Amino acid sequence: MKKTGAQILMECLAKEKVEVVFGLPGGQILFTFDAMYHAPFKFILTRHEQGAAHMADGYARATGKPGVCIVTSGPGATNLVTGLATAYMDSIPMIAITGQVATSLIGNDAFQEADITGITRPVTKHNFLVKDVRDLARTVKEAFYIATSGRPGPVLIDFPSDVQKAETEFVYPTQADIRSYRPTVKGHPGQIKKAADMINKAEKPVLYIGGGVIISDAHTQILQLAEKAQLPVIWTLMGIGAFPTKHDLALGMVGMHGTYSANHATQKSDLIIAVGARFDDRVTGRVDKFAPGAKVIHIDIDPTSISKNVNVDIPIVGDAREILDELVKHVAKKTKLTVWHKQIETWKKDFPLTYKKDNQLRPQYVIEQIDEVTKGKAIITTEVGQNQMWSTQFFRYQRPRQFISSGGLGTMGFGFPAAIGAKLACPDAIVFDIAGDGSIQMNIQELATAVHNKIPVKIAILNNGYLGMVRQWQQLFYGKRYSGTVLDGNPDFVKLAESYGAVGIRVTKKSEVKAALLKAIKIDKPVILDFRVVPEENVFPFVPPGAALEELLQGVA
Amino acid sequence: MRHTISVLVENKAGVLARIANLFSARGYNIDSLAVGETEDQSISRMTIIARGDERIVEQIEKQLNKLVDVIKVSDFIQTEHLERDLVLVKVSTDKSTRSEILQIVDIFRAKIVDVAPTSVIIEMTGTEEKINAFVEIVRPFGVKEMVRTGIVAMARGSK
Repeated sequence: MKKTGAQILMECLAKEKVEVVFGLPGGQILFTFDAMYHAPFKFILTRHEQGAAHMADGYARATGKPGVCIVTSGPGATNLVTGLATAYMDSIPMIAITGQVATSLIGNDAFQEADITGITRPVTKHNFLVKDVRDLARTVKEAFYIATSGRPGPVLIDFPSDVQKAETEFVYPTQADIRSYRPTVKGHPGQIKKAADMINKAEKPVLYIGGGVIISDAHTQILQLAEKAQLPVIWTLMGIGAFPTKHDLALGMVGMHGTYSANHATQKSDLIIAVGARFDDRVTGRVDKFAPGAKVIHIDIDPTSISKNVNVDIPIVGDAREILDELVKHVAKKTKLTVWHKQIETWKKDFPLTYKKDNQLRPQYVIEQIDEVTKGKAIITTEVGQNQMWSTQFFRYQRPRQFISSGGLGTMGFGFPAAIGAKLACPDAIVFDIAGDGSIQMNIQELATAVHNKIPVKIAILNNGYLGMVRQWQQLFYGKRYSGTVLDGNPDFVKLAESYGAVGIRVTKKSEVKAALLKAIKIDKPVILDFRVVPEENVFPFVPPGAALEELLQGVA
Repeated sequence: MRHTISVLVENKAGVLARIANLFSARGYNIDSLAVGETEDQSISRMTIIARGDERIVEQIEKQLNKLVDVIKVSDFIQTEHLERDLVLVKVSTDKSTRSEILQIVDIFRAKIVDVAPTSVIIEMTGTEEKINAFVEIVRPFGVKEMVRTGIVAMARGSK
């Protein structure tokens, strides 16, 4: 029996075991939405396409499964761009389907036409324009395969309206076979042995882990490696949760707002074992002064990440988990109590992450309390800026996929829709979006989505009346000239929540924080907590731009 | 350092844009790029001449490999290979210069492919250096127009 393109797409999504699709309809995707009316998966109508993209992304980060969104052509499609770029930078598997004008009209500047494959080429792992319905099923199969294999990423399928209506027999390929796309999985055995030798000989090693560890599900292997070889562990923002924060060997995040011990250990190390991390500029600080005495072992599935920013002595290309399984066998078991570990202990003891513990309502305290009342088990999503950095510092993450944040692109407005996606994926988890009063307003319209679909996420707004991180830079480097960072005209967030049918709670005193959080968790609805925090609080430590990692500024304690 | 990079790609719409985009987005320089079908109609070969230090060229090759539509990337820097470029040059002529031009064409084993009262079109194939030398020799006569295909390359031997 012949089926329409729209029906075939639905069948393909069902075959891929898609549980939920996010999106918003329009003229050129109408026919597909009609087919979706009886689809076996849930559809979440968002209020903006960017929201749909971030929700699909949040769902993917919380589960490891690809997130899916479907939107219309033209402005619907271009509204996805920030969401795709966010997912691309952080290697998140996503499938975006965009309506397109009929093939006969493509290139004619038709109503709501945009060259979306052209526009999204630099921000997707790959994209397709399906011109013939007979190519559709194979294209969808390939899209899912490309999105989820190798270094994952978003894949876009542009779906013209006439192809949605055209009919053909539906056959879903059992596997994708793409001759030009064969990601390397197994690491080179010789390189692995060399790496083990180097680890065994190192006196001051650090294990530097990134998002790749979470993607490849290699956190168990990382724990084994760290414990067997007694490697102090530092992580990137994307690597948060891949190693338990409270572990003896954990030093914390490295980089611009990293811990003193992580930054100093990196700079003084004689060996960096990088796994699924890419030595991004926020991590290395001034790159020519980065870890001057260290040799580098770099394990990554993406060859382009190797020797891009920092020269690598032993590259190993492949899947982190497979490589670590082998590497763990070859490293020697070590005991602690070396000079190096003692030094690190001293740094950790003398320079912990801290802030001024007075009676004022400080944002760091709010995050510590979220950790406390959820017993460290909540899924935390963040917006971008100070709220994001404090969230990396003052919540002690215990497991992978617990911290969801836009690392590479740094997208404000990400955290709230991502929280909705994560909550749908993990309905039993408490999900908090830690936000600033600036970023929350970038996708606040999704409050309607959360209320309408009964998705009880909690939003903790660290409300300081500023675009705080930019203000911090202006305070430190631009003579306190707060150009364009004062957020006069903020709404009353409590009333705003209420107007959407959500719950709003205002907190102005430190003593009210815990009770407010407990109350918010008990309410089975989306809740906005408006924390009126100290306005000019800053994020420390802070490695100023152009400085080496160990030249970090400490705040007041 | 000048590198000749030969890239086998799927013969599909958008592939050239992906590659051009890669070079512009990452700020790599291309001296020349030539593309055409191979013995297999579904595959095209691109010959890219790029410059940069070892690290940049290594990144270019890895980034090319990362593109889903790229099948194979070969850098010919260590490989014995042939390179050819083709040029068409329209040179001004008159009675007094025609025979001299003919002589030069002969010496360079070029070909005259079109003759008009005040100009000739010369076709020449060769390495980049040879073509550059030829163009310099005919330039004093007056080059009205010139077009080059860009360099194509092939590894020597049976491989």
